[in-house]
This record gives sequence, C-alpha cells and structure tokens, in this order.
Amino acid sequence: MEATAEQLLWMYEKMVEIREYEETMAKVYLEAKLPPKIQKGLAFDIGAGPVPGEMHLAAGQEPVAVGVCAHLRRDDTVVGAHRPHHFAIAKDVDLNAMTAEMYGKATGLGRGKGGHMHLFDPAVKFSCSGIVGAGAPQACGAALAAKKLGTDAVAIAFFGEGAANQGAFHEALNLAALWKLPVVFVVEDNKYGISVEKSASTAIASNADRAAAYGMPGVLVEKNDAVAVFEAAGVAVARARRGEGPTLIEVKTDRYYGHFQGDPETYRPKGEAKELRQHDPIPTLGALLRSRDLLDDEADAALRARVSARVQAAYDFGRNSPYPEPQDALLHVFAE
Amino acid sequence: MSTTTTTRRLTMAQAISEATAQEMARDPRVFVMGEDVGKYGGIFSATTGLLDQFGPERVMDTPISETGFMGAALGAAAEGLRPISELMFVDFFGVCFDQIYNHIAKNHYMSGGACKYPLVITTGIGGGYNDAAQHSQCLYSIFAHVPGLKVVVPSNAYDAKGLMTSAIRDDNPVVFLYHKGIMGLSWMSYFEGSTNEVPEEQYTIPFGQARVVREGSDVTIVTLSQMVQKSVLAAEKLAEEGISAEVLDLRTLVPLDRAAVLKSVKRTGRLLVADEDYLSYGLSGEIAALVAENIDTVRLKAPVRRLAVPDVPIPFSRPLENFAIPQVENIVASVRGLMTFKLDQ
Ligand SMILES: Cc1ncc(C[n+]2csc(CCOP(=O)(O)OP(=O)(O)O)c2C)c(N)n1
Repeated sequence: MEATAEQLLWMYEKMVEIREYEETMAKVYLEAKLPPKIQKGLAFDIGAGPVPGEMHLAAGQEPVAVGVCAHLRRDDTVVGAHRPHHFAIAKDVDLNAMTAEMYGKATGLGRGKGGHMHLFDPAVKFSCSGIVGAGAPQACGAALAAKKLGTDAVAIAFFGEGAANQGAFHEALNLAALWKLPVVFVVEDNKYGISVEKSASTAIASNADRAAAYGMPGVLVEKNDAVAVFEAAGVAVARARRGEGPTLIEVKTDRYYGHFQGDPETYRPKGEAKELRQHDPIPTLGALLRSRDLLDDEADAALRARVSARVQAAYDFGRNSPYPEPQDALLHVFAE
Repeated sequence: MSTTTTTRRLTMAQAISEATAQEMARDPRVFVMGEDVGKYGGIFSATTGLLDQFGPERVMDTPISETGFMGAALGAAAEGLRPISELMFVDFFGVCFDQIYNHIAKNHYMSGGACKYPLVITTGIGGGYNDAAQHSQCLYSIFAHVPGLKVVVPSNAYDAKGLMTSAIRDDNPVVFLYHKGIMGLSWMSYFEGSTNEVPEEQYTIPFGQARVVREGSDVTIVTLSQMVQKSVLAAEKLAEEGISAEVLDLRTLVPLDRAAVLKSVKRTGRLLVADEDYLSYGLSGEIAALVAENIDTVRLKAPVRRLAVPDVPIPFSRPLENFAIPQVENIVASVRGLMTFKLDQ
C-alpha cells in the first residue's frame, strides 16, 4: 500500500511536531531541577520544577507512531505505554490539554490527576499506562467491543520490546488470535528495557517470530523509517478492518534520550545516542518529499513555523493554566 | 554492639546493598535477581556494586517478567537457594501477585511445614515526588494482610542493614519495602535522618521489635518508613509548643510489636497513627483496633486518630499530592487536636 502525497506530508508534519514537543519538554523538564536552585547533596531533584515526576521521551521513535496512526480514524483505539507522547500526538490527542496534564494543571486531560504516563483522551480514544505490558489486553478489549458493536474500528497496542516479555503480552496475543480480533500489536524495539539490552532479555532476535506461535502474521520492520512502518501497518490495519484478525509488528527504532530524563545511561556505549541521530528519520522523509516535489524550503519553513506555534501554544497553555485546588484530590475516585 | 565497631554514615540504599553483599559473601546460596539490578545497580540503588563483586551469575538482570521471576524465586528457594528478588516498584505487584500471595506466602503452610521457602522480595514504595497513581503507593498492608509473609519496612540505614541481614537469613518469605524518599538517592530530595551511622560488621535486628525513636509523655505517634522522619520533625515542632510526643517506629508489620504500641499508649494516653498507605482497611485500622481491644488496660485521654492517604489513588499534580499524602503539618495539627480534646465535653 503506497502512501499518498497527503499521507506523506501528514507523517512528516507529525514527526516534526513530536520532535519539537519532546525537545521542548527536555528543556522544560530540567527547569529548577538542577543546581543551584536545589538543596545540597542533590544532583537532580525529580520532584522539583514545573513538570515533576518521571519523564520518558520518545524522540527518535516518531516513525512508529506516525506510520501506524496514518491509517487510523478518530474512532479507532490506541493504547500506549509509559512513553506515550509520540503516539498521543499522532492520534491527535488535544495538545494543550495533554501538556497541561504534565504540568499538573486543572485544565489537563486528567485535571492533574494523571501526569505524563497516564494520559486519557476519550474524544480520540487514546489511553496509556505506566505498567509495562498492561496495554496489550486492553487493546483486545477495545477490539472485542468493535466486533460486538458491529463497527469496523480497530485497536492498536503500542509497547516496547521489553514489554513483550510480560505475561500480559502473551495472553493478549492468544486472545486476539483466538477471537480473531481487529487489533494490531506494535512492538517498538529500541534495543533497551531501561538498562537491559534486548539480547539479555529476549531469547530470539525478533518478536515478529513469536506471532507464528499464536497463529497470526508477524512482520518485522527493520528500518526506523516512517514509510516502511506505514506499509507494514497498512496491511495489518486493513486486515483487521476486514475482520481477518490480528497482526504483530515489530519495528526497530531508536531512543535518543535516556530511558527517563536524568538517566545516567551508564549501560549505553558512549556516543551511541549521538550516532543514532545520524540516521534521523525526519530528514529522510523530508528528502523523499523533496524528491517528489512535495516539499521545498519555503513549504518546509512554513510547516515548521506552524508546528512551532502549535507546540509553543501548548506549553504556554500548560504553564499558564491554574493548579487544581488541593481538595480536588478527593474527587473522581468514583463516577457520579 | 562491641566498642571496637567501625561505623560510617551510609544512605539506606548503601546499607541495603552492603547487607546483601555481606550475606552473599557469607552464603553462596544467596543470589539477586530483578529488573535493572545488574549494570544499573537497581533503579533505587539497592543493588549498587553487587554485579562488580559477584558477577552476572549471582546478580541477574531479568526480563520484564515479574510473574516469571517471582515464581522462579519460589522454585529456587524450594531447592535450598536463597533468592532476593526485586520488584522495582511495589505498584507492579499486581502483575505477579498470584505467585506471591497464593504460592510464596502459602506453600509452607499447605505443605504442613514440610517445605521451606527462604526468599526476600525487595521493592520500592512511597510518593512525594509526583510520580502519580501507578508509581507512588505503599501497599505494605496488602502484603501484611496475607498470612505467610513477613513484612519489613525500614526507616533508616542502620535499621535497614540489620533488618535486611535478618531477612536474608530468615527461612520464610520476607517482603522488604524501602521508601524511595529515604534511600538517599542523588536525584530525589529526601528527609534527613535516614542516612546514619552504620557499622561495617554484620549484625541483625530481630523482626517484631519496634523502636522508640524519640521519647515523649503526652502522645504516642505510631508510624514507620518515611513517616518516621516526618513525625520526628513534627515532634520537634510540637516540643516548641510544650507538647511531648513519643515517636514509635514499627520497623516490621509482620511480626507486629503489639506490646510496644500498648506500652507507649498506656503511658501517654493518646495515639496518633501516621501512615502513608491508604486509610481504610489497613495498618492504621490495625493499630487502632489493637488499642480498642485493650481498652480495659489502656486509659485514653482522647479518641484514637489516624492520618493516612484518604482513600484516593496518589494524584500527580503537586498540590493534589501534597494534600493526599500526610505531611509534617498534618501530623502537628492532628496532635494538637488530640491535646485539646476534652473527654467530658
Ligand atoms: C509491570 C512493570 N514492570 C516494570 C516496570 C518498570 N519499567 C518501566 S519502563 C521499563 C522498561 C520498558 O522497556 P520497553 O518495554 O522496551 O519500553 P521502552 O522503555 O524501551 O520504550 C520498566 C522495566 C513497569 N513500569 N511496570
């Protein structure tokens, strides 16, 4: 399935947006966390600054998110993982409300209750979880619902190669194949589960091979490339929509930052992240667009200005929104 | 302790890894496994240095497969090994709880005492740094609720070393829960008091012995973990107002030092339980019930007070989290309330 000009441009713009979003977050997150503002003896105060708590950035992994989401509609479900921003942005989650959530503001997606790992936007059917592997069975549930309700909506579960060693992953694959669910499992192989290399956690090289054991197609995308992901995902999503059942896709991708911000990355060969940036998928897609006369300097500049305005507006919105009232902690334990 | 003992100041994280290293050196059956316990040295530094000292056969990085490696710890313990199995955050126990509460906790009992399972589950607990609902819970009461698990919750480096050594030597499954906010991590602000003098030599602290952290005569604050540090700060503040608060650190939930609680409350006549776990059906209720059951011998001057997370998941946003997790000021206010209470009013 070939991407249309419109789809290629969409993927490019979303990748630029995700990257700008993550690089802005990398800066904002550090505010007030480093000396001299922090107390003595501390190298880094994770709880300080405008965006506290853990922060997992996805810069480098954009192709996975856009290549899959290019095939999705608003009523398709996406369940992301603890590293959720690229999926959320590609699924058109409200950017302002998402950012406000990371600032812990009352205007956030979860009114400040959830934070960066727990983003919920029912308007575009997006959710995620800080529990590794938890999303796979949940996507099966969304797919089951689509089947029962007689829609042709599909569900996508995104997670890392580390998560593919969880029991939940294997149970979900079996369920999906058994019930012929319209679900696509997408594994992002960024080589590491925190500090543990894939070769030290997984006995086989590719999770795509595991699909056979459950009776579904398994596809390995070996390049961190939006078009390659788009093609593999197109087949899988179409198959799911036709009611022919699930697919497992693994994409080899790159994580440019540490596992979380503040990660000393002692497990990573020196200079690896820098080297990975040499194969940045954004200019690669940009070059393809140019070679097809779909992009020139002027259009690229206009696109980048548009994206910057959007991202900046979201950060401004988050920063300038009010905090919730402390007692609001007591609300929303149960539905009213 | 003998007078020749050498001590240094250690963080709680260093104390735990030192206890583990010394036991591993003493007993070849002891080994460690868990996520990122090797090269990374544990996300909360509880296993720092162990890989260099003992190599990857005895300090095993696992896949993210908690059911797998918790069950494997049980199986290895049944064969006479002594595994230490780290569950990175206590919040993740959900993915492997069947292995823990249906097997690790019960197999000894179901075997009529025939089988032994000497293993330690270590795990990080607690909030205070805005990590939200899936990474900030304490949950020790859930483990303590299940018969067959010993439950240890240290508040400082000295105790952590002695309790960890005891945990590894215990022939039972022990759940050892350390609060991230008192490990002495360089990337998290923490409460002073948890980093303290620790002997180089090995020593054990028996389970089931609470510690009087600070003596007082007006009110007893029963607490544990990071709340000990908060309670000490509160007690200092209260002292300025002429209120003398006794702080009792439970140190272990199973076994629970009921006698120490009763002895202190008998003397002071007032009880505040300060807990970072959820309020309902938990530790604070247990301690309150203990006093109620002994009300014929404990003369209370005011009703028991409980301070805990008010039955809401831990929220992300700073003002919300500060509200949900009891703070020093809340302890002070609660004690003041206890002091001004008149029984006959
Ligand atoms: C059940 C569970 N176990 C462990 C963790 C801690 N943890 C968070 S992210 C992570 C690594 C995940 O690796 P992977 O699935 O490859 O995703 P990546 O971080 O590389 O995107 C771990 C171990 C968790 N959040 N949940």
